[in-house]
Amino acid sequence: MKHFSFKALLTGAAIMAITATGAFAEVVFNRGNSADPESLDPHKTSTVYEANILRDLFTGLMAQDAKAEVIPGAAESYTVSADGKVYTFKMRANGKWSDGTPVTAHDFVYSWQRLVNKDTAAEYAYMLAPVVNAEAITKGEKKPEELGVKAVDDLTFEVTLNAPTPYFLEMLTHQATYAISKANVEKFGADFIKPGNLVSNGAYMLAEFVPNDHIKAVKNPNFYDAANVQIDTVNYIPTEDRSTAMKRLEAGELDSNDDIPTEQLTELKAKFGDQVRIGPYLGTYYYAFKVDKAPWDNVKLRHAISMAVDRDYLAEKVWQNTMVPAYSFVPPGITGYEAQPTEYAEKTQLDREDEAKKVLAELGYGPDKPLKMEIRYNTSENHKNTAVAIQEQLKPLGIEVSLVNTDTKTHYGLLEQKGDFDIARAGWIADYKDPANFLDLCKTGTGNNYASYSNADYDKLMAEAAKGGDDRMKKLQEAEALGVARDLCVVPLLFYSYHTIVSSKLSGWENNVMDVHPTRFIKKN
Amino acid sequence: MLRYVLRRLLTAIPTLFVIVTISFFLIRVAPGGPFNQEKGLNPVIKANLERQFGLDLPLWKQYLNYLGNLLHGDFGPSYNLPDFTVGELFRTGLPVSIQLGASALVLALAFGTILGIIAALNQNRGGDYAVVATATAGSTIPTFVIAPLFQLFFALTLKWVPVGGWGDGAWVNKIGPVITLMLPQLAIVARLMRGSMIEALRAHHIRTARAMGLSDYSVVVRHAMRGALLPIVSYAGPAAASLLTGSLIVEYIFAIPGVGRYFVDAALNRDYTLVMGTVVVIAIFTLVFNLIVDLLYAVVDPRVRYD
Repeated sequence: MKHFSFKALLTGAAIMAITATGAFAEVVFNRGNSADPESLDPHKTSTVYEANILRDLFTGLMAQDAKAEVIPGAAESYTVSADGKVYTFKMRANGKWSDGTPVTAHDFVYSWQRLVNKDTAAEYAYMLAPVVNAEAITKGEKKPEELGVKAVDDLTFEVTLNAPTPYFLEMLTHQATYAISKANVEKFGADFIKPGNLVSNGAYMLAEFVPNDHIKAVKNPNFYDAANVQIDTVNYIPTEDRSTAMKRLEAGELDSNDDIPTEQLTELKAKFGDQVRIGPYLGTYYYAFKVDKAPWDNVKLRHAISMAVDRDYLAEKVWQNTMVPAYSFVPPGITGYEAQPTEYAEKTQLDREDEAKKVLAELGYGPDKPLKMEIRYNTSENHKNTAVAIQEQLKPLGIEVSLVNTDTKTHYGLLEQKGDFDIARAGWIADYKDPANFLDLCKTGTGNNYASYSNADYDKLMAEAAKGGDDRMKKLQEAEALGVARDLCVVPLLFYSYHTIVSSKLSGWENNVMDVHPTRFIKKN
Repeated sequence: MLRYVLRRLLTAIPTLFVIVTISFFLIRVAPGGPFNQEKGLNPVIKANLERQFGLDLPLWKQYLNYLGNLLHGDFGPSYNLPDFTVGELFRTGLPVSIQLGASALVLALAFGTILGIIAALNQNRGGDYAVVATATAGSTIPTFVIAPLFQLFFALTLKWVPVGGWGDGAWVNKIGPVITLMLPQLAIVARLMRGSMIEALRAHHIRTARAMGLSDYSVVVRHAMRGALLPIVSYAGPAAASLLTGSLIVEYIFAIPGVGRYFVDAALNRDYTLVMGTVVVIAIFTLVFNLIVDLLYAVVDPRVRYD
């Protein structure tokens, strides 16, 4: 640590010396990020908080622009074989690591083998699942060297996939697929991620990391597009307390924050105006019935309860319009895909309630035989309010709802072990823009299939879609119509929205459904 | 005296061992594990992670491994922050918490004692009421109310201090957290001091001292105060142990990178090694401060001797 603070001191002194002489006015962006990253090793990350930082430090083969559209990254171009299975990436001749050494195809071969290696224990190893042998290697059945990747020469990287995968390029923007410098890892071992050791190929390079305080990244002069990067220094500041974050923004200590206290939305809008940004985000807030347990194995009963839930009320009153009512699992915003809502999506809430009452009566539930249901949710003020609202909405139908609140680890521990429950809260945020990323959750035996839903036709449609082809989106739509709209393998309640606050001093922060905002495209006045 | 200290330090070792053992097994009773999360992991990946951290071994073996590492001063890696070992997290966070806690403690003791004496000397008069009212307010208004009010007034309205952040330890950044930490302690110290001072002023030896014509200053400071300090000393020990190991609320609201947050976060995240690390650190602080308190008794009260 001594060594570290000395370095920090030197950097600080150097910066002060330069600014004092007026050589240039350093542009500093203080970027609020709800939490510290779990790790800066791209292969060991799992949350969006890391993604926000790693996107600045590294560049994958493909990158995202200010609107989260896929653009060339470390690879300047690519070609796809006629059968859609072999991708050949041409690396940039001027692509360099922050220490000045070239970024080569060998670095990507090394990194991808490392990602899928079972000893790395990467949470996002499945981001390379489409690549030949990837899944077998993670299971330990094959060697990392057998992964379907090859460095044809220093600047040519070739990938072989199991099947044509239309969203493969989209996946390559995910932080798990970033490369790390092989030479650097070999030099420092496990300490390669420490400030002063880490070399990266993105627009910024790591300068300091004080846990729970800040991560400082400075502009990387070796970045291929460094000429167009305006902000010199980014400080990622963990802002666990959202109210404090709002005050810090007001005081000018922060320039943006990735979250706002939504319960104060009206006051915040009055105070900050259009600096508060709210818009659709690729994520779904849902409840899951345990469908392999009576009486929830009855699909009619599941629909009756789903119909009786007033989603408009939840979105408006509980979530202050920071959520949107959802009737399908896949949120809008994915090009080429038409979400398949439940058939009562267009009906009025009154009609839905009447329908629900009828079904309940048909099934023999009533004042003499009340239906009992237990909602489980993980600790959070809003999850609690949602569950309480649903409890109230179901009461007039004679459904006796009890609530069970546990902390996050207990909640998901129970769901994962397929423990006993009636209905439970969960959520899914897309890793990449593709409907399969949602619909995979309802496949038989998937870890996140908390409902324990299993349907051979659904699995078949998903398997056919996984083969690619022109009718892929159609197959996925059929799958959603069957598994979600007909069978309610999940009960979609709300679509997430991003809710951020961005100072008017910043420009180039473009709203998008992935809530992705690389610092290299942002400017500060 | 030295023999007493040595004996106390030696008995601390089995105490620590018992604490570590109980905590190790207790945290494992909590349902869920470090790798349960909203985005569930597929079983293969979860198994890989558990193998990497040795969580696939039988519990007794994990326990022996942990004890073995602990004896070498190795607290192990943090499961949820794998870039850092538990030792590194404490090396960066503990100095921050200690600086804030120690400042708050010293100020609370100094001002609390003075206020308590003022109140006692003016018993049932204006000065007394003022101190008692302040003390009651200080100990009843919760930290999570004081801290945001402080930010609103001193940072946003007056712009004297930053809203939050550590600012590499700049003194302006410490004012808010230190005051917030100090106020409740100050209130308690003042109340304790007031009570014991009133008691002390009624003692026979004080009446004797006054009768012998000693000055007010001498009576209060040299004779009454010394005896009256005993309850403060007993209170200061545990208070120091808790203040120096950080406060979750103050760290959250002022965005301070201390270790107070780990007590709660680590347990909620089932970050077993970090939980154990915090338990060991708190246990050591508590044991050490209890020892210091016992030694201070001898300094303050001539009747106490450890030979």
